[in-house]
Amino acid sequence: MPDDLTIGDVERIAALARLALTDGEKSLYARQLTRILDYARQVAELDTRDVMPTSSIVDEVVPERPDTARPSLDREAALANAPDAASGLFRVPKVLGDA
Amino acid sequence: MPDPGTMTGREIRDAVARRDLSATDVCRSCLSRIEQLDAVLHAFITVDPDRALDRAADLDRRPGGSARLPLAGVPVAIKDNLCTTGLRTTAGSRILDGFVPPYDATVVARLSAAGAIVLGKTNCDEFAMGSSTEHSAFGPSRNPWSPDRTPGGSSGGSAVAVAAGFAPLALGSDTGGSIRQPAAFCGVLGLKPTYGRVSRYGLIAFASSLDQVGPFARTAFDAALVLDLIAGVDPADATSATRAVPRYEDALTGDIRGLRVGVPWSVLEHGVDADVRAAFDRSLEVLRQRGAVVSDIALPHSKYGIPVYYLVATAEASANLARYDGVRYGSRAPAATLTGMYEQTRDAGFGAEVKRRIMLGTYALSAGYYDAYYRRAQQGRTLIRRDFDDAFHRVDVVAMPTTPGPAFRLGERLDDPLQMYLADIFTVSAPLAGLPAVSIPCGFTSGRLPVGFQLIGRSFDEETLLRTADAFERDTEWWKAEPGKPRPTPRPVASSPSQPARR
Repeated sequence: MPDDLTIGDVERIAALARLALTDGEKSLYARQLTRILDYARQVAELDTRDVMPTSSIVDEVVPERPDTARPSLDREAALANAPDAASGLFRVPKVLGDA
Repeated sequence: MPDPGTMTGREIRDAVARRDLSATDVCRSCLSRIEQLDAVLHAFITVDPDRALDRAADLDRRPGGSARLPLAGVPVAIKDNLCTTGLRTTAGSRILDGFVPPYDATVVARLSAAGAIVLGKTNCDEFAMGSSTEHSAFGPSRNPWSPDRTPGGSSGGSAVAVAAGFAPLALGSDTGGSIRQPAAFCGVLGLKPTYGRVSRYGLIAFASSLDQVGPFARTAFDAALVLDLIAGVDPADATSATRAVPRYEDALTGDIRGLRVGVPWSVLEHGVDADVRAAFDRSLEVLRQRGAVVSDIALPHSKYGIPVYYLVATAEASANLARYDGVRYGSRAPAATLTGMYEQTRDAGFGAEVKRRIMLGTYALSAGYYDAYYRRAQQGRTLIRRDFDDAFHRVDVVAMPTTPGPAFRLGERLDDPLQMYLADIFTVSAPLAGLPAVSIPCGFTSGRLPVGFQLIGRSFDEETLLRTADAFERDTEWWKAEPGKPRPTPRPVASSPSQPARR
């Protein structure tokens, strides 16, 4: 496992997480995440041979329901909180940049 | 008129049903108390006086009254990460500052249908990520027992609302301790139900395999009343359990003879404040006097609880919070391209702790680190669950202090995220194992700060937790203590100071 997180590591993670961090945030998180991960590394001590991971606590079988159409949120209500909406749609900046 | 600020939910309901009090009187009284005190305490992000009074007036006008509604006229405070139709819901985040939900969370709808009156939305750490409310974008709440201290978090505002007498009941959510820790810090009861017991529909998601909604109250009876209503399957939440819901108040018999209480003594050896430890020992003695049998148990993997919890919870959070992209709701930062808009919106809209956790979770899930961190944490979670399975072969409940120390000072841990995380040491295990747990007021430190006694139960055995909490209340006065009034003295117990049972 790696030692200290570099600014480059932080930039790589921030890009995956879609966060435009400032330079100040990058150096702060590099320092803080290094310390937190150093602590979290304790999990390496666990004897996990033949131990299944727990991803859900639900013991019941997830129930099924008939696939029938039901009323849903109407369009106006669904768009009411949008930062930008037009013609009954969400409006966003260009997907393909300035091309 | 009796002061609703000192009444339990049950007392208010009964007084309203008898027409001794009108729902409007109760509502006015609570709103005026909020107006007097909340400028300092900041329990609420949003108060909704007009609709609350309208609703109270509706109840008062009903012919024959509202006697059959289980919470008729009872004011409730709702954590601001639970959606409320037409009422701003922020989850403590700038990114949701103007968000007005088009629907109610199932738990809110059920309380309203039962006659409860929603007073407003309570402050919390942003997206429920924190242990102090200091990570709320709307500023911290203050502890009614000592306003320079945190009320705990993340559901700190809900705990303050009940402790300060703004409302006898509140809802919060608990992912790693966010109901129990603030309950302990504020001297009220907080219950985290079993995973699946209560619908999360309309709860703004933090970590989906851990999140659970539960009540704050002053008494076990009031918590049972709320759980009766909010527990049970919900077609809108596939993780809600189909298992039948008992009438929880019927479990409050006062009889805990033969109850087997396990204490993981080795876990408590280090890092527990001396006053907290003394209150814990006295609390065990109260249970013994009522016929409970206390024994030592081992939870060998609980020391890995914090790293396991913070890896699992942040990984899930990093996925859940991907939805805040400036498209469908919430704020948006201007940018020329879609990706630029996502990145600018999220950097401007999220606070420091949320970004820190998203980064940590993204790292733990990323290629090359997944097996070493996330998968291993999930395996650690299995080992923690097995510890409890083993313990519950020998005991009926597990007892621990809720927190290692009392409420800390505002600002004290803000610059040291890891120190803040370590405050959750005794609360993360129950949600990791999916188990129900309750924090009960059990005393004060020499500095007059409340202390919480935690009981963890078997899966879906909230009845034993509430029965034990109720029995404890019958023999103690802690739950009656109010901030600003003299604290009660410990009830003398007959036997010598308790000696921990050792293996």
